[in-house]
Formats: sequence, C-alpha cells, structure tokens
Amino acid sequence: MRVRFWGTRGSIPVALTSADVRDKLAQALVQASGRTFASYEEAHAFASSELDFSLTHTFGGHTPCVELVLPGEEYFVCDMGSGARPLGVHILARQARRPATVNVFMSHVHWDHIMGFPFFGPAYVPGTKIRIHGCHDVLEHAFRLQQSPPCFPVEFDQLGATIEFVKLTPDQPYEVDGLTVTPHLQLHSGDSYGYRFQHDGKSVVYSTDSEHKLENRAEAEGFAQFFRDADIVIFDAMYALAEAISVKADWGHSSNIVGVELCQMARAKHLVLFHHEPANNDATLEGLLKEARRFEELTRGDHALKVSAAYDGLELDP
Amino acid sequence: MNVSSRRYSTAVVLQVSGRLDQDTCDAFRGQLMGHVDSAAREAGAVVLDLSALEYVSSAGLRCFMLASRQAKAQHGRIFVAQLQPMVAEIFQISHFNLVFQVFPTVREALGAVSAEAAAAYEKA
Repeated sequence: MRVRFWGTRGSIPVALTSADVRDKLAQALVQASGRTFASYEEAHAFASSELDFSLTHTFGGHTPCVELVLPGEEYFVCDMGSGARPLGVHILARQARRPATVNVFMSHVHWDHIMGFPFFGPAYVPGTKIRIHGCHDVLEHAFRLQQSPPCFPVEFDQLGATIEFVKLTPDQPYEVDGLTVTPHLQLHSGDSYGYRFQHDGKSVVYSTDSEHKLENRAEAEGFAQFFRDADIVIFDAMYALAEAISVKADWGHSSNIVGVELCQMARAKHLVLFHHEPANNDATLEGLLKEARRFEELTRGDHALKVSAAYDGLELDP
Repeated sequence: MNVSSRRYSTAVVLQVSGRLDQDTCDAFRGQLMGHVDSAAREAGAVVLDLSALEYVSSAGLRCFMLASRQAKAQHGRIFVAQLQPMVAEIFQISHFNLVFQVFPTVREALGAVSAEAAAAYEKA
C-alpha cells in the first residue's frame, strides 16, 4: 500500500510567487558561492545533498487529496481538495480510455476538501464509477451544491461518471475492494472523520482537520487507540502548539507537537505532518518539521518515531 | 509534581518541580490560577521558577497558556524563569518563548516585576 500525496495544504490553495522563486535561487547561489559545477548532474548533486529542502523544493499548495495505491485496479482517495485535479490527470493517463473505479473517503465537506471535484477529469468520463464514502448526512448535498448555478458551469447531474454516495458509521470497519477502512469521529466544526486503512498487514491513518483538547485524557487515549501501531499517521499539524492553543484555539486544527505526543502514545511508526497553514512559507514549514523531530528526540522513550512533512508529490511506502 | 510558593514584595514565586503532564496538570492548574488571580487583585505578579521542572508536555504547556490568558484578562503579569535546558528547548520548539517573557534567573524576573521585589529576594 503506497501513499501518494496530491494535495497537502489546508484551507485554500497557494502557489509560490515569482518573488519566492527568485529568493530561493538567490539563497542557493549564495550558498554555492565559490563553487563551480562542470555539469548539470554535479549541480543537481550539490542541490540535493547540501541545500535545505525548503530551498530546493516546495511543499506545494494543493488542498487535501491523498491516494492509497493498492495492487488492484481500483483507486482509493482521501478527500477531494484541489489536489484532485492532478490526480484526475494521472488516472486518465494511466487508464488510457478505460473507465476507472474510484473510491473516495471524505473527512468532511468543508470547501478545501471538495473543491477539486469539479476539476476531477474521471468524473466526466462515461463508464467511470465513483463511490464517495463518508459519515456526514450532508455529503451528497455538499457535492451537488458546489456545482449548482451560479457557482460552476457544469451541474452535478451533467457529469458522465456514475456517482454513488456511501454512508459509513463511525468506528465500524468496512471492506472496500480488499481494503479495510474504519472511520473515527474527530473534533472540527461540523464534525470530521479520520480513517484507518489496513491492507496486507500494513496500516495507514488519515487524520486531518482534527483538534485535540489536551486536558481530555479520554480523548487522547481514544486517538492513541485509533492510531495504535500504525505504519503511517497523516496528521493535521497546521500550527505550532502555542498558536494552536491560544489565538487559534477552537479553529479545529492541531499542532506538530500534539502529533508527536499522540503517535508516541500509540507507538505509531511514522508521523506525517499534513494540512499545512497557507500563510506559512517553505522555510517556516521546514522549521516546524525540524522542531517536531527535535521534540521527538527529546521525549523519546523506548520507541522511536519517524517524523516527516507531507508535500505535493511525496510518495511513501509503509 | 510539586509546587511551592514564596512571596517577595508584590511578587509570588512559584517553584514547580517534577513532571508536568496530563497526569499532573489538573492539580497544577488549580494552584496556578489561584495565585494568578490573587496577584492580579493585588497588582502584583507571578514568577514561575522552573529550575526544578524536569519535563513539560503539551497538556502542561496549556496550563501556562491558560494562566497567561487569565493574567492578561485581569491586567496581571506572569513571568517564567530559570528553565532547565530540556524545558527551555520545549518552550522554543512549541513557540511558548513567544508567549512568555523568559528570564535566565528568578532574580532577573523579579527585577522585571519591581525593584522592591528584587530587593526583597536579595535580602531573603
């Protein structure tokens, strides 16, 4: 089960500006000062090994969309943020005119999690089957609403694919084409749901748009159980801790530090910071990752936790 | 986790020792809020002496945040002093150094409260 990130940003899509690109280039040139490179390969090796990730890459700006790649023919996707557009391009290219079957699991229906669907190419292809799973009663209504006039030129009923909405019950496991999936209620405006996916002995938890009240031990233990021994936990780490519990308390999001603590409690193997704050630039996001890694080192018991930050294009194998 | 208090003029120094985490934060919060409330009513200040604090988790940091918010709401003041290296690093990592004025020593924190508080500390 491979995890492929198509959209990792929270709230609203963002893009690097021309000033951002110029700044990265200028900083790279300063760090390379005095060096000469005989070939593109030499320059590439220098950039890859000696420069910070935030200089040579960008975390990207699409809103949440994460694909779970399994051996079968069907597709498995968490959320339909703006990352669903490039995912759709990928599916159309891979299918080569054969209709696809796509299983979608929705954390909730806030705009940043559904905005990619009108641009999801396979939805326009007759014969394609799209099953949208979720625990919200308003699931179908939300998808139809955003494609209603005057918001979008193509109405939901004009889409070529056969689209089915599948209501799930929290904490109940389901089998979907060989993948076991269990939803879990999370604290967020209008509720959100995390999903634990299990396949062939590996487990991936997708837990975004989820605030954790630190004073509530039962809540923490419930999430530790949900994350228990997971190979990968994709976690809403939108803010630094001080921000998450002060000016942005009750905004429905969490922090890198709480992600480390819950994964340590759960003895999960790999924490992936996700749903990045759109106001944070690449250097700030890399700083939050380094801080989370250092916190893990400082507080590590007998269980080491790997910590990464998701970026658009990242692929992970549990 | 243990808390002991000493008064220096209008300042109360709370020495927090041990580990401050989900198991201990409720008891700590009750004591801390009481001192913050008293200090604000007396136009004084609270200084948290963290020289004996071994570890603080996010739940413990939340207690500090609640105390800071209550102090601000009541026009009171709260300072943090003498953090052990690990706790100092956790303050930085969690960005709590942007929320609190952190002083290297209790003496310096009391100096920020008032000359009288610092003088009382030196006499003690």
